[in-house]
Parts: sequence; structure tokens; C-alpha cells
Amino acid sequence: MKNTLTIARREIQAYFVSPIAYVVAAAFLAVMGYFFAMILYYSREATMRYTLGNMTTVLLFVAPILTMRLLAEEQRMGTIELLLTAPVKDWEVVLGKFLGSLTLYACMLGVSLYFPFVLTIVGNPDLGPMVSGYVGMLLLGGALLSLGVLTSSLTQNQIVSAVLGVVLIVLLWLVSALGDVTGAPLSGVFQYLALSGHFYDFFKGVIDTRDVIYYLSVIAAALFLATRVLETRRWR
Amino acid sequence: MIHVSNLTKHYGDFQALKNVSFDVAKGEILGFLGPNGAGKTTTMRILTGYMPPTSGTVTVAGYDVTTDSLEVRKRLGYLPETVPLYPEMTVWGYLDFMARLRGVDKRERRIDEAMEKVRIADHADVMIGKLSKGYRQRLGLAQALLHDPEVLILDEPTIGLDPRQIIEVRELIRGLAQDHTVILSTHILPEVSQTCTRVLIINEGQIVAEGTPERLMARLKGAERIFVQLAGADGNEARRLFQSMDGILAVDDKGNGAYEVECALGTDKRPEIARAVVNRGWGLLELRPVGMSLEEIFLKLTTE
Ligand SMILES: Nc1ncnc2c1ncn2[C@@H]1O[C@H](COP(=O)(O)OP(=O)(O)O)[C@@H](O)[C@H]1O
Ligand SMILES: [Mg+2]
Repeated sequence: MKNTLTIARREIQAYFVSPIAYVVAAAFLAVMGYFFAMILYYSREATMRYTLGNMTTVLLFVAPILTMRLLAEEQRMGTIELLLTAPVKDWEVVLGKFLGSLTLYACMLGVSLYFPFVLTIVGNPDLGPMVSGYVGMLLLGGALLSLGVLTSSLTQNQIVSAVLGVVLIVLLWLVSALGDVTGAPLSGVFQYLALSGHFYDFFKGVIDTRDVIYYLSVIAAALFLATRVLETRRWR
Repeated sequence: MIHVSNLTKHYGDFQALKNVSFDVAKGEILGFLGPNGAGKTTTMRILTGYMPPTSGTVTVAGYDVTTDSLEVRKRLGYLPETVPLYPEMTVWGYLDFMARLRGVDKRERRIDEAMEKVRIADHADVMIGKLSKGYRQRLGLAQALLHDPEVLILDEPTIGLDPRQIIEVRELIRGLAQDHTVILSTHILPEVSQTCTRVLIINEGQIVAEGTPERLMARLKGAERIFVQLAGADGNEARRLFQSMDGILAVDDKGNGAYEVECALGTDKRPEIARAVVNRGWGLLELRPVGMSLEEIFLKLTTE
């Protein structure tokens, strides 16, 4: 675990000197501010539900940009040779990278708490759905970031890594559509597998353990696969 | 300390290592000499656990690199061929990261010591992206030394350095030999004769020669060569004179009164040559033995 934290720590430091991280974080917050203001203006409802709902689509692109560097750049620069010959296990490297990106994302969410804070001043919002909504955003974000870590392990090229990430996420997002083609009983399975089917409950104020387990499973599976990719790269 | 037996490595259909075996004793500086593509980097990557061999075994300090990789890695310092640096970090930040990763205790002191050893302490707060090639190489070395490893594996440690820096790095490596076992690779000959206690010559994935630099030189030196520079001599006559002398195997006319005379191993014909030349009344401007340089040995070895 110590090694994982060491790697995560380096990753976070790298984000804080990287212009890309600042640009992405600023864009994320600006878009969120825009949605927040428009929705508040037109609905006059003190809720984060619709703002967060819109942000899930933005996140679909933001996550792979945050993770594109993580393993691809190590492979391009040859620094992966350093990590893989240090007394560190492959999964510790992958987990450290993931935690680094998750920390940055959590900071972005942290700053965005400004919006619900505004709501408590101008209105009288229900706190429950706001808390569960943010839990949902964190879990969804974690799942998307882990998929980004996976695609970053596949290539030396950051752009390729980001594009692959978006493609993989969109496919997993829309996989529920397959259910419409196959019909029952498979449609239920596809429905469950889709990334898109698990966050609405959070935004409405319900934390369903099935949804939590779903996102945690996606994270575990993606990080496991990324570790395997790293391992098989040694064999080339 | 290091035991390598019957190592082979395939990249797809291409066989990069063919049955490589060697041992390295504690405190040795082993030079791994071979042209580009010989398989030096491949061997080192297997030794460090970066990639597994196709077959064969490697043990470092008694641990097998494939089954006890982590134990081996704890005992190794490794400088890869492309120095692995993060350009956005400072020198100190990078060493701190590596020290944490290697679980070094008394981190600050060890970092200071390593920086001192490679003389980079005055650049501690410089961004790595702004370092010159020489400083990057030193930083790579500092990283390899940080945890005071039993075994150091250095892949082309002086590549891209200027002559003064090369001398510094060689001195540094020689200084390490007392308490470390060092393997360094190079495709530059003077490197091994100046730094190493023993040399392995590798070519096309096979070890073609092994020994101390001196022994290797002697082994390949089938003959002694003498350089002679004459003044006022008739070319053909001088040639015939040398050929007529006892124990002289061959004469090379280099033009302008210069000759290279080859005589049997272990003989020195200089007094005879000097006497004969003076008797003819020619001027003798120069007379010296030509040691076959390691460079030539190497050419010989790898073109065979
Ligand atoms: N990852 C790889 N995939 C395919 N071939 C490789 C790979 N790495 C090295 N080789 C080949 O293996 C041979 C030995 O390479 P290397 O060990 O790097 O030699 P050296 O370090 O002595 O220059 C070369 O012919 C090289 O092209
Ligand atoms: Mg090499």
C-alpha cells in the first residue's frame, strides 16, 4: 500500500504542474456553472439533480483526458522500466495511477460543492439527494477513470489512449441499447451492464447497494485488466 | 553474486540471446562489450526482472529473477539505456520519489549522499527537463545508487557524455567496486579496459570471448608489431632488408619511409632493426612497438 501511495502522490504532483489538468478542471467547472445557472434560472428548483445529470455526459470525455497520460507516457518515456524494476508489484503501479487521477477528480468535485452551497443560501434544498448525488458522481467518475487507466496501458500515445478511452466508455454507456434488440431476458443483463443505468437513483436521493457494487466491480475489473496488460507487455 | 546459465531470449521469431552463461563474483566490475544489437540491453533487462527470459536461469544474490523477482529487485540498482526521468520533476523530487519507492530509510541523508557522489547537489532544485545530457546521466546514476544496492547494472552509462564527463563517470564506477558488484555494458572499447576488471564480449546474442582486458589483449595478439620510420632509404631495399632478417614474419610498407614490421610473439627485434638500419647509413627517425589496440581485437572478434 505504501508503494501505491508513493505512486499516487507523484501522479498528483504531476497533475498540479500540468496545464492540461488545469484546463480540464476549469472547463469542467465552467460547464457545470453554466448548467447550474441555466437550470436554476428556468426551473427555480433548489436541486442538484439535473445539473449532475448533465455533468455525467461531460465526464465521459473528461475522464479519459485526465487518465490518458498515466501509463502511456511512462511507456513512451521509458520510465516504465524504472517502475517495473523497482521492488513494486504491477498492481501497485496501476492502483497508484488510478488513485492519483481519482484524487484530482475528487478535488474538482470538491470545488464544485460551491454550487450546492449557493443553493443552501438562495433556497432551502433537500440535503439528502445532494449528498447521494455527489456519492454517485464519485463512483461513476471512478469507474470512468479506471477505464481510462485501462486504455492508457494499451498504448504509448496519449491521444490514442484518450480516444480509445472515450470509445470504450461510450460503448459501455450505450450497451443497454443492445437489450432493445435482443429483448427479454437478455435485455435485463445489458441494462445492468451499462454505465448509464446506475446513477439516476443516486441523483434522486437513493443509494442502492446494487449500483455501488456495479461501479466498484467496473473499477476492479478495469484495474485488473490494466495490470494484466502491463504484465504481458513484459513478455514482448 | 550473479549466476546466469543457458539464457535464451526470443522476440517473436528472432533469437536475441543464444545460450548465454556467465558468473559475476562479488566486487567485480564486469564489462559487457558488444556492437549495437548484440543483446546487451536484452541481457540486462532480464537480469533486472524487467522481462522474463525465454529459457535459462538467472540468480542474483541467491534469488531467482523469475520466481523471486521482488527480492532481486530490492538488491539491484539499474540505469537503463534511455535514462528514465520525469521531466516535470525537480532533481530532488525525483530522487525522493525513487527513495520512497525503494523503501530507503533516512531518505534525506541518502539522497544527499547520492547527489554528492555524482556531483549534482548544486542542481537539486532544477527541473529535470532543463538538465543537460551529462546531468541527466548523472541523475540516472544517482537513482541507481540511492539505496546502496549490492548489484549495479548500468546500460551504456557513458553514452552521450563529453570526454571530461566520461572520465568522471568512469572514476565514479571504479570507486563503487569496493562494496558493489557492477555490470556495465558498452559498445565503446576504451571503456572496458579503463573501468572493468573482467570483460565479456558478446556478439549476435552469443558470448564470444571472456577474460581480463589484459588477457583478452594478449590472447588475440598473435604477433608483435613494430613501427619503423626511416629517412633517406630506398623503399624496396629497406623492405628486402627487413624481410631477410631472422624472425620477421611480415613487412608492411606504409609509404614515405614508414614500415610496420611483424615479428614472432614474445620477440623484440628492435635492436637488430636499429643496427641494420644504421649500418646501411639510413636515418632512423622512429622505432616503436605497436600494441594491437582493443579496437582491433574487437573488430577481429566480431567480424570472424
Ligand atoms: N522489444 C524488442 N522486440 C523485438 N526485437 C528486439 C526488441 N528489443 C531488442 N530487439 C532486438 O534484439 C537484438 C538485441 O538488442 P539489444 O539487446 O537492445 O542489443 P544491444 O543493447 O546490445 O544494442 C537487436 O537485434 C534488436 O533489434
Ligand atoms: Mg543496448
